[in-house]
Amino acid sequence: MMIKCTLFATAALLAAAAPAAAAEGPTDPQIAHIAYTAGTIDIAAAKQALAKTHNSSVRAFAQEMVRDHKAVNDKALALVHKLHVTPQANPTSAALTKQADETRARLSHLSGAKFDRAYVDNEVAYHKTVNGALENTLIPSANNAQLKSLLETGLTLFREHQAHAEQIAKGLK
Amino acid sequence: MIGPRRFCLGAAGIAALLLASVPAAAAPRTYTVVIAKLKFGPLPAELHKGDRIVWVNRDFLRHSATAADHSFDVDLPAGAKGETVLKKSGSIPFVCRYHPGMHGVLQVK
Repeated sequence: MMIKCTLFATAALLAAAAPAAAAEGPTDPQIAHIAYTAGTIDIAAAKQALAKTHNSSVRAFAQEMVRDHKAVNDKALALVHKLHVTPQANPTSAALTKQADETRARLSHLSGAKFDRAYVDNEVAYHKTVNGALENTLIPSANNAQLKSLLETGLTLFREHQAHAEQIAKGLK
Repeated sequence: MIGPRRFCLGAAGIAALLLASVPAAAAPRTYTVVIAKLKFGPLPAELHKGDRIVWVNRDFLRHSATAADHSFDVDLPAGAKGETVLKKSGSIPFVCRYHPGMHGVLQVK
C-alpha cells in the first residue's frame, strides 16, 4: 500500500509537468536537471541494494543500474558543459528527490526477501514512471537536438532496465 | 611426353581448381557486427564453422554478446571490441546479458 501511494505520487508529480509542457514546456536546463536527478536517484537506490541484498540476480541488476545510469549521467554532464547549459533546479526534481529519500528510508527497515521484493518492485514502477515522463513530456519538450538524442537513447536504455526488473520480479515470486 | 612448361601450367590449373572448389572450408572469414544505440547491427547471412566475428561496441554503455548455449560470452565495455570464433554449427541465439532486449540468432553452417 505504502509503495503504491508513493509511486502514485511520483507519477502525479511527473505528470504535473505535462500541462506546463503543453503551454510552454520545461526548458532544456530544467529537462537536463530532471533527467540527471532521476539517474542519481536510481544510483542511490542501487547502492542501498548492494549494501543490503545477498540475492545474486538482484545484485547483478543493481550493479547494472549503477554502471548504466552513471554512464548516461556522465554523458549528460559532458553535453551540458559543451552546450554551456547550467541544469536548473525545479519543483519536479525536488519532489523526485524527496520521494526517493522517503522510499530509501522505508526500504532501510526491510531485509532479506522482503527488501529484494520491495527494491525490485520499486525499480519496475520507477522506470515505468520515468519512461512515461521521458516519452510524453521531456523528449517532446527538448529543443536542443543533442539533448533530445541523449534522452531518446536514455529511454531505450531505461525500457531495457524496466524489462530486466520485470524479469527479476517474476523470478522472486 | 609432357614438357616442364606444360607440367607447370597443369599443376597451377589443378591448384586453382582446388582453391575454387573449397574456399569457405579452407579459409575462415572475419565478419564485423556493430552494436549501436542498444541494438546489434546486421548479422552475416552465411556463417561457417571456424569463421570469426568481431563485435564492435559503439555505445557508451557496457554490453556483452552471450550465447544462450554458452558457446561464447564476450564482454564488451563501452567503445570496446571483442572476438568470437564459431566452433560449432547450427542456430545460436545470443543476447546482451545486461540488456535482454538486445538479442539475435547466428546461423552457422
